[in-house]
Amino acid sequence: MTSDSCGPSSRLYLAAPDQLGLLSSGCGATCLPPGRCTAGPTLLGAAPSGLPNPLTSCRLHQHRPPSSRPLLWARAPSALDMRAGASVSGTGSAGERGSPGLTGAACGHRGGDWRRERVRRWERVRSRAALPRHGPPVGPGSPARARPPRAAPQRAAVVRTGLGEAGTRGPWTRAAGGPMRGPHRGPGPLQLLAPLRLLAPFRSCPLEALRISGPGLALGSGVPMQDSGFSVLSYVAGIAWFLALVFPPLTQRTYMSENAMGSTMVEEQFAGGDRARAFARDFAAHRKKSGALPVAWLERTMRSVGLEVYTQSFSRKLPFPDETHERYMVSGTNVYGILRAPRAASTESLVLTVPCGSDSTNSQAVGLLLALAAHFRGQIYWAKDIIFLVTEHDLLGTEAWLEAYHDVNVTGMQSSPLQGRAGAIQAAVALELSSDVVTSLDVAVEGLNGQLPNLDLLNLFQTFCQKGGLLCTLQGKLQPQDWTSLDGPLQGLQTLLLMVLRQASGRPHGSHGLFLRYRVEALTLRGINSFRQYKYDLVAVGKALEGMFRKLNHLLERLHQSFFLYLLPGLSRFVSIGLYMPAVGFLLLVLGLKALELWMQLHEAGMGLEEPGGAPGPSVPLPPSQGVGLASLVAPLLISQAMGLALYVLPVLGQHVATQHFPVAEAEAVVLTLLAIYAAGLALPHNTHRVVSTQAPDRGWMALKLVALIYLALQLGCIALTNFSLGFLLATSMVPAAALAKPHGPRTLYAALLVLTSPAAMLLGSLFLWRELQEAPLSLAEGWQLFLAALAQGVLEHHTYGALLFPLLSLGLYPCWLLFWNVLFWK
Amino acid sequence: MAAAIPLSLLVLLLLGPGGWCLAEHPRDSLREELVITPLPSGDVAATFQFRTRWDSELQREGVSHYRLFPKALGQLISKYSLRELHLSFTQGFWRTRYWGPPFLQAPSGAELWVWFQDTVTDVDKSWKELSNVLSGIFCASLNFIDSTNTVTPTASFKPLGLANDTDHYFLRYAVLPREVVCTENLTPWKKLLPCSSKAGLSVLLKADRLFHTSYHSQAVHIRPVCRNARCTSISWELRQTLSVVFDAFITGQGKKDWSLFRMFSRTLTEPCPLASESRVYVDITNYNQDNETLEVHPSPTTTYQDVILGTRKTYAIYDLLDSAMINNSRNLNIQLKWKRPPENGYIHYQPAQDRLQPHLLEMLIQLPANSVTKVSIQFERALLKWTEYTPDPNHGFYVSPSVLSALVPSMVAAKPVDWEESPLFNSLFPVSDGSNYFVRLYTEPLLVNLPTPDFSMPYNVICLTCTVVAVCYGSFYNLLTRTFHIEEPRTGGLAKRLANLIRRARGVPLL
Repeated sequence: MTSDSCGPSSRLYLAAPDQLGLLSSGCGATCLPPGRCTAGPTLLGAAPSGLPNPLTSCRLHQHRPPSSRPLLWARAPSALDMRAGASVSGTGSAGERGSPGLTGAACGHRGGDWRRERVRRWERVRSRAALPRHGPPVGPGSPARARPPRAAPQRAAVVRTGLGEAGTRGPWTRAAGGPMRGPHRGPGPLQLLAPLRLLAPFRSCPLEALRISGPGLALGSGVPMQDSGFSVLSYVAGIAWFLALVFPPLTQRTYMSENAMGSTMVEEQFAGGDRARAFARDFAAHRKKSGALPVAWLERTMRSVGLEVYTQSFSRKLPFPDETHERYMVSGTNVYGILRAPRAASTESLVLTVPCGSDSTNSQAVGLLLALAAHFRGQIYWAKDIIFLVTEHDLLGTEAWLEAYHDVNVTGMQSSPLQGRAGAIQAAVALELSSDVVTSLDVAVEGLNGQLPNLDLLNLFQTFCQKGGLLCTLQGKLQPQDWTSLDGPLQGLQTLLLMVLRQASGRPHGSHGLFLRYRVEALTLRGINSFRQYKYDLVAVGKALEGMFRKLNHLLERLHQSFFLYLLPGLSRFVSIGLYMPAVGFLLLVLGLKALELWMQLHEAGMGLEEPGGAPGPSVPLPPSQGVGLASLVAPLLISQAMGLALYVLPVLGQHVATQHFPVAEAEAVVLTLLAIYAAGLALPHNTHRVVSTQAPDRGWMALKLVALIYLALQLGCIALTNFSLGFLLATSMVPAAALAKPHGPRTLYAALLVLTSPAAMLLGSLFLWRELQEAPLSLAEGWQLFLAALAQGVLEHHTYGALLFPLLSLGLYPCWLLFWNVLFWK
Repeated sequence: MAAAIPLSLLVLLLLGPGGWCLAEHPRDSLREELVITPLPSGDVAATFQFRTRWDSELQREGVSHYRLFPKALGQLISKYSLRELHLSFTQGFWRTRYWGPPFLQAPSGAELWVWFQDTVTDVDKSWKELSNVLSGIFCASLNFIDSTNTVTPTASFKPLGLANDTDHYFLRYAVLPREVVCTENLTPWKKLLPCSSKAGLSVLLKADRLFHTSYHSQAVHIRPVCRNARCTSISWELRQTLSVVFDAFITGQGKKDWSLFRMFSRTLTEPCPLASESRVYVDITNYNQDNETLEVHPSPTTTYQDVILGTRKTYAIYDLLDSAMINNSRNLNIQLKWKRPPENGYIHYQPAQDRLQPHLLEMLIQLPANSVTKVSIQFERALLKWTEYTPDPNHGFYVSPSVLSALVPSMVAAKPVDWEESPLFNSLFPVSDGSNYFVRLYTEPLLVNLPTPDFSMPYNVICLTCTVVAVCYGSFYNLLTRTFHIEEPRTGGLAKRLANLIRRARGVPLL
């Protein structure tokens, strides 16, 4: 529709039927005293597909002054039909675009009897027009300008006030020209919002008040003030949805999507268990003797089993001493041997890697790797090169090797260039074994920053677990067999929560996590040796690995068929992204609703300030400067962001200063500086509120909270898209406190809630939950120690591997959280 | 034949060493040769060479009688005015670090480079037709050679045979890294041999064994050579080479033993009756050096030492035709270190045009000793048009291997040998003097993953529905929101039109 039809003096009086109770229940316009109605069209996600007959449900009253500028409209019926139809559909789609709940298209009538209906409607319009409220009535002799009457029912269909039908007859909509005015404007995207603007309250809610941040946000004008019930509902729905994910309709059975790995079955022939144990013994002995990775022995052995052997030395100075792994200046050597596939040009390869830490675990994994290499070397079916990689200093070595392999340097690692390459790595398996026999194999999929390998890789592992009769676990949990009763899903929920916690941490849980960054599908297999009776020897594990590699060898393309984004309540069950995203969507909706509510309050408060008398008549648009000055928000925003920046930069930068002046070690200095800066942020509100100068204190905090809410919602939305677990955890904890924070009411309660849900407190809580789920509960002191260690690890992992959790929290969420703290202590 | 030789001898006796009388010699000849080289890694390389030489002016029309030279290729030379043709099919990658330098390396996949005569007017058209014909002859996908993977190198790939000028305008070079080589390519290649695979060395060419190897490369080289020492006229030479590397680790359980039967599941019984020379060379250099107690059975009738490619090598010779000794040599074990490029060099860069021609970067650089040279090229991954994705887009896209051609100083000065008499494996590349030797190395092809849309069903559904919605919604919306009104009858005359003209120029609404 062109802007001519929604000129400044057209007015629409809208009412909606009772049948639309669904729509109005949560967002019905709150009609305050007659004439102070703050409702426009409501915005709700319910699909109005089953709307009743529009002719009975839509009422419309419109007045138009005779057009001052004569236009030569087509008088021919066909042209008129076209035009009328045009306005109907046009506004219908505009309504859809502007607000989902306003799907006025359902009111549309496309039949051949539209003209009869139109006449009836037109009569009604005229009868209503006999009670003019503002402006002269439109004469019946100007049918050419009658498009708004046809359009209005579409828009009005779903609007209802909380006071019922009778209360809706008030004059609570009016047309506002505003920026849409202008006869020559084409139907641009902005105009899609025009119908909404038409619905802006006539007298007491002038549109100008909405223009605090531009006309585009006018669609929020229909949200009532008291919809906290709906917010609670939405929050509960989000949590409930998440909990429901473990139940069979939402969780599905995994299945192999990749054709090349699906139908063919291979027969494993690995029988080198004794050889593996011998290798492992030798390796452990040499390692004990040299105190480091026995590079020469590894080279010799790999060469003797027929591999091309290369080494890579690397060194890295950590930003501060790593107390958990007891290392600071690290230098080591990676050894890798390449099995060259016959008659292949080294364009593709697979990787089997064993990370060796400083302690002498993982010897059995090296032994098995060497035995597998010897077995693989004798086979002729390889189509991809296979790289057998043993890294020193576990993940640091892996990172150095990967960076050198891909010829990048992202973490400041110094390493020698690789002499031997084998093309693009298609998949990688990391192996961790510390005993000759295992009771179960645990698989880890969560990688750096919550990245996950393609689900087919996990399916592959699962296939060979079943084939070899191996006991396989996920998150250290046994797999529930029965998903139909309640026990299975409850057990799945534990696994799911553990996975969410692990993924949210953003750490690479095993050296496979670093491969994922380079788009190499990878997972880690860990041998667990517990007190269970039945144990498997290295042959069983080797056979599973052989089978996996042979099937990966069949791959024609990279793994791409199956899911990349999923949650796992069990090895054989998964939840796809389409099913788990609504959970976080519901949570974020709370923020959106709160923001809209604040918006309405703001604009109402602004009206109370500027138009105390509620001046009737079409008011002149007020200049935006009358609204809340955005400039007043700059100071708190800047200060909180600066705190975040300090939190990010200062601990590592200032560790030496701290160690000079305080009796602490570097690592302690970093952690304590972190905590100190974090706590110092809490003192901020008392400083910032003076900076903000506004005549209306209420509007000040409202505007700040509005900005903070939008900021938080945006951040959480982005995080949830890339790392669902982190986004969901943060949303679960931060949303209620963020929604509640205000400087009135039980402030102490709010403050306690806010502190409890701050990012740091959440980390602490996650640690407790984590150990609780692992059935190894923490005492308070242990928890605190673990918390301090986790802080240091978080900072370290950001610097050594590029984990994003620390910058995300310090630069994004902490400042945002400070804003709410600011709101709470607003004076 | 039997009558012709005494006759020519007679003529020779009568007329003395007059050069012209050589035309009376047999006009074509075949030499075949197999070199078996134990590689430093323990693997065994076997290189077959079959050389057919024809003293004929193939360029002239009217040659219709073919004896040893395959007719298919001979007609090709005259029809497309070829000067040189080099075609190779390779599966696998020659690992120079572990196997030493190859006699003749070839890039993985198919490689074709051709010099045309300077009489050719439309080189690109001939090139296109030629690649299609070769595609048919060798059952290969050479028809996929087009302008997007053809380059004209300016510094490398000089003619190997006789050439008066080297205007690189007549050179075309293309590589298909994805070409898979199998028996269907081997069979037509074997059919070009005069004895096919019935007798001589070619009985060893059993497909099931040849394709059971780590490396397989077969090639065809056609070039003009001097007919005699004074080079008064030219002959055409066809070389068919086939190199395989047997994985000793798998076939020999880690031992270095080998035998013809174990490698080829055949033994040699008789020479090819059409061949004028048929020999097997075995590299026994390392045996003597390492004092390894290795025996060669049967004991060689002859050994020969010579300096080729910089090192002194010893070969045991088994002549299938007679037991006369023929001295040959070749060498291996040359380490190449890449270094920083020096300041002055030749750099030729021809940027790509999307979907028209590929990048070509040529650098002529002198490498300092004991240095590492790294040549890196930055590229960005572009989104292709959706029809340009292959059926397996997630496999990745191949970047052709790069080529290193080098003139390497020889460690030992080689004595000049008679080019006609030296073994075939030593005489493919022309050598200017004994102090240098020529190598050409290829890197492995690169598999690059481009951003790939999800081609699965959801993607298709999204694409289709979006298209439908966009088309339908767009046109409907356009139609429905358009205002229709009747044009005012044109009033006003020339003055108004002029005014409108000016107004249009100024950009203000018309009257």
